[in-house]
Amino acid sequence: MTIKDIKEALGARYICGEELEDREVHAACGSDMLSDVLAFVKDRAVLLTGLCNPQVIRTAEMMDIVCIVFVRGKMPDDVMIEMAKERDIVLLSSGHRMFSACGLLYEKGLRGGAPYR
Amino acid sequence: MNESITLNYDVDSNDFTRAGEASSSVKRKLKLMGVDPDIIRKVAISLYEGEINMVIHSYGGTIEVIISTDMIEMILRDKGPGIEDTELAMQAGYTTAPDNIRSLGFGAGMGLPNMKKYSDDLKIESVVGKGTTVRMKVYIPKNIS
Repeated sequence: MTIKDIKEALGARYICGEELEDREVHAACGSDMLSDVLAFVKDRAVLLTGLCNPQVIRTAEMMDIVCIVFVRGKMPDDVMIEMAKERDIVLLSSGHRMFSACGLLYEKGLRGGAPYR
Repeated sequence: MNESITLNYDVDSNDFTRAGEASSSVKRKLKLMGVDPDIIRKVAISLYEGEINMVIHSYGGTIEVIISTDMIEMILRDKGPGIEDTELAMQAGYTTAPDNIRSLGFGAGMGLPNMKKYSDDLKIESVVGKGTTVRMKVYIPKNIS
């Protein structure tokens, strides 16, 4: 699945990084707890979150996350957008709530990686 | 790379806009040095959790990162207040973080467990009233260095 596919499945809009829309995404993570995101490494992942602060971008950077979807119509501020641009992280905003957004992507075949043991 | 390289950073207490800048800088430098991506990720995540801990819990401190051919060592020193029970602090889910930290997405009691998970060696020395020193090592296997 590409970032463009995610954008279309969620009826989302680009905040930045549209030029990177052909990048592949292999896994997804939906969380409002950043330490949970940091606990499980996934390859070329998209992060869905209702959080909206600079640490979301930093967490994505540390995890090599390629795209962040802000659910519930959340909009990052200019500082966050600039940070994402510098790190080649695509930002999307979707009106869907977390559960629905995750479900729509799951339906399209995107998975969360190995189960927790 | 024959000699080791040392990087030094200051970490301010309660500055959540800049929190993570040191980890970000270390990650970029390791990438430029051509270090294996899996090693970089281990360093980045454990250092970032440690840096966030310093911002949340400490009165500020310093981060020293020593990069050598066989390992990357991270030393985080803060000026207090110190951890009363380090064993308890290591338990997944245990937290003393206030509510405003949880609203930022932290304070789930996963910082130290994550640092233990991603580093190959973690040592915490803490004296209440004086401060805490966290030492983490990530080893670079010979075949990928």
